[in-house]
Amino acid sequence: MYLGIVKGTVVAERKAAGLEGTKILLVQPVDEHKKPVGDLQAAVDRVQAGVGDFVYLVGSREAALACDPWFVPVDAAIVGIVDGVGLP
Amino acid sequence: MKCCRVVAPMWAAVKHPAYAGRALFVVQPLDEVGKDAGQSFVAIDNVQAGIGDKVIVLTEGNGVRQILAMGDQVPIRSIIVGIVDQVSTT
Repeated sequence: MYLGIVKGTVVAERKAAGLEGTKILLVQPVDEHKKPVGDLQAAVDRVQAGVGDFVYLVGSREAALACDPWFVPVDAAIVGIVDGVGLP
Repeated sequence: MKCCRVVAPMWAAVKHPAYAGRALFVVQPLDEVGKDAGQSFVAIDNVQAGIGDKVIVLTEGNGVRQILAMGDQVPIRSIIVGIVDQVSTT
């Protein structure tokens, strides 16, 4: 799993079977200091996140397992909204 | 598996039900001499790890599903499975 910040919303009318009704957000992966790491990516939202939220995501096949139905072509899913990171 | 250092605890009230009641940590991968190597990531805890501990983190979903025994639909990819006492390299 990894951290990210929601930067925007992606609207796609025509999607693969199983993705009907899913909300897709644009996410910038970040480290624990909210410093950007790597490139923006589109991720399915499973926790009603919004733009600006600090979230954590799960990638690869486990991203599809966060969805319902779970046999869907997805490789990143937002699975939690981070309230805080206890940095020393 | 990866040898990592536990960097910080994390709190999230809104999360996927599979994460309910599980401790979340930010972990930093280490090299053989204990220096930071690579990008930090998020893992759940299975061994009562603490901040600063050197740990072993499993980063593969099927192993996680075997450990948690919560069925087949568990969207968790990384879990702390051991606390490292010592690493020796020759």
